[in-house]
Amino acid sequence: MAKAILYDSTMCIGCRLCEKACAQHHDLPYNDEVAKEEKLSAHKLTAVTTHGDKFMRCFCMNCVSPTCASVCPVAALKKSALGPVTYDSTRCIGCRYCMLACPYQVPTYQWNSRLPVVKKCDMCADRVAAGFPTACAEACPTGATKFGERDDLIAEARQRLAASPGQYHPKVYGLEDVGGTSMLLLAAAPFEELGVKVGLPHEPMPLLTWRALSEIPSIVSVFGVLLGGVWWISHRTEEVQTAERAAREKKS
Amino acid sequence: MIPLRNGLKWSFWQVVAVVLMIAGLYATLIRIMKGLGGATNLNDQFPWGLWIGFDILCGVGLAAGGFTLAAAVHIFNIERYKPILRPAILTAFLGYLLVILALMFDLGLPYRIWHPLVMWNPHSVMFEVGWCVTLYTTVLALEFVPVVFEQIRWTGALKFMRAILIPLVILGVILSTLHQSSLGSLYLIVPQKLYPLWYTPLLPVMFFVSALCAGLAMTIFESWQSSKAFGKHLELPLLSSMGRILAVVLSVYLTMRFLDLWNRGALRFLAARRTETYLFLLEIALFLLPMFLLFRRKVHTNPQALYGCAVLVLFGFVANRLNISVTGMEAASGTTYFPKWTEVAVTLAIVALGFSIFRFACQHLPIFDPQPTVERVRSRAPVAVAGD
Repeated sequence: MAKAILYDSTMCIGCRLCEKACAQHHDLPYNDEVAKEEKLSAHKLTAVTTHGDKFMRCFCMNCVSPTCASVCPVAALKKSALGPVTYDSTRCIGCRYCMLACPYQVPTYQWNSRLPVVKKCDMCADRVAAGFPTACAEACPTGATKFGERDDLIAEARQRLAASPGQYHPKVYGLEDVGGTSMLLLAAAPFEELGVKVGLPHEPMPLLTWRALSEIPSIVSVFGVLLGGVWWISHRTEEVQTAERAAREKKS
Repeated sequence: MIPLRNGLKWSFWQVVAVVLMIAGLYATLIRIMKGLGGATNLNDQFPWGLWIGFDILCGVGLAAGGFTLAAAVHIFNIERYKPILRPAILTAFLGYLLVILALMFDLGLPYRIWHPLVMWNPHSVMFEVGWCVTLYTTVLALEFVPVVFEQIRWTGALKFMRAILIPLVILGVILSTLHQSSLGSLYLIVPQKLYPLWYTPLLPVMFFVSALCAGLAMTIFESWQSSKAFGKHLELPLLSSMGRILAVVLSVYLTMRFLDLWNRGALRFLAARRTETYLFLLEIALFLLPMFLLFRRKVHTNPQALYGCAVLVLFGFVANRLNISVTGMEAASGTTYFPKWTEVAVTLAIVALGFSIFRFACQHLPIFDPQPTVERVRSRAPVAVAGD
């Protein structure tokens, strides 16, 4: 069944061990300089952001109906049954439509490379497929980042909200936002104050373009018949005129 | 070869074209050596810039005269538009080739441009765009190639092309309709990023109708330019009637825009003193002004005024596409974007290349003279084709 991550901001101490583990697993450089960058980039697939005394994690939400996977013209981005949204760099043409379309501005690009590819958190798809938790969840010393079954984690998040309502902002983020995400978030403050996009539609984003795309067969058939018909009529008039002229000339 | 009275003017523009192309080559070198980061001001927050906004979105729109006139002449049987059909097809064909060229600059891995043809994702608008570009460029090549056959007097091939012409034109109109509208559909996926003055579920329809305006304006523009450059008689009655049609299409488009803003309750955004508001008003004004002017007899029967209106519409069209791809996307991205000189240089070089190839083709192929009278073409005397 689908896996997920529950990140509880109230348990996070901002130690950034998740960042380090992520960089190690994805063969990316990690040092004090990189640790200070509080935003995603081609060399930083997850970032802990500071908001006063609170923390938030920034990573690919691995949406249930991913916008990026729907817009990719070559199906380089795919949603796997286990949860991760994976990226196959051998298919990518570099159109960067995924970057434009992602409601969370997650995919990043190797701008200074001559042969660039897209970089984003893939929820450690290889580890998850082998039955392990993600690198960040394994590294987390406080349990703020927890890996598990999505359904179980949703139940646990609701339990935490019910157990200590005063401690939390009353919402589990990721239940229905953009149709649901694999990353579930809990926090003490409204999510927008912690830099998380809110107010996104609850229906999956890919439906927005699918509505237009699904009209194509109708447009093709209606236009085909219509144009063929117009051609037939417009040239028929001409035929009749020629025939009538010939008949008139014959009479006179 | 070149009419004497225009000799000086043309050599000036030729120098400009050469300078632009040299600058473009240098920018190309930077693009290859330093990647997109070195050649553009794009970043993770703002991944699409001038190359998509102008070279692709405007390039495709300005080529819309091709399918509009092909449909008018071959499907609706309006014979009198025939003299300007070939230049329009040539513009469209060149336009699409240059769009593909521009795409080679913008794609991160241009050598994989063929991937969408074999690695399918029918849920992607970009996939549809890729297929439309490929197929319609092929159709345009087939619609244009009879001109070459005429020049080399290959009657067998001409006969064959004539036999498949009607299905080909119908296919071309369908592909164009899909392609023009799909460029608008690309932005359907960003309701939270594109400013409400431009984001509407009707984007594909808006793109299609505004492309019709651009196509008609482009046809008037190039007919006027060509008559200057080649000392050709201007088909004024023809262009006047196109000016009238343009006025009607413009008013349909503007009515749709207004109703859409009204229905979405987006008119209130006009009260905001923001860059978006001013650039939106500029875009609308550049369509509204020529619309009012073109409805006047004095304007649409005067070649200069007609030309001026066409230029206004072209600017309005470019403003609309840049507003959607740049202005409207900036606020939500959390960053600002202004193209780097290399982006501008590549764009200008591609435009210069387009003008140069168009001119070259007009000099060496029977573009303005549809009759296969080889002697007339060979002598290259200015040919006055009757306006019917």
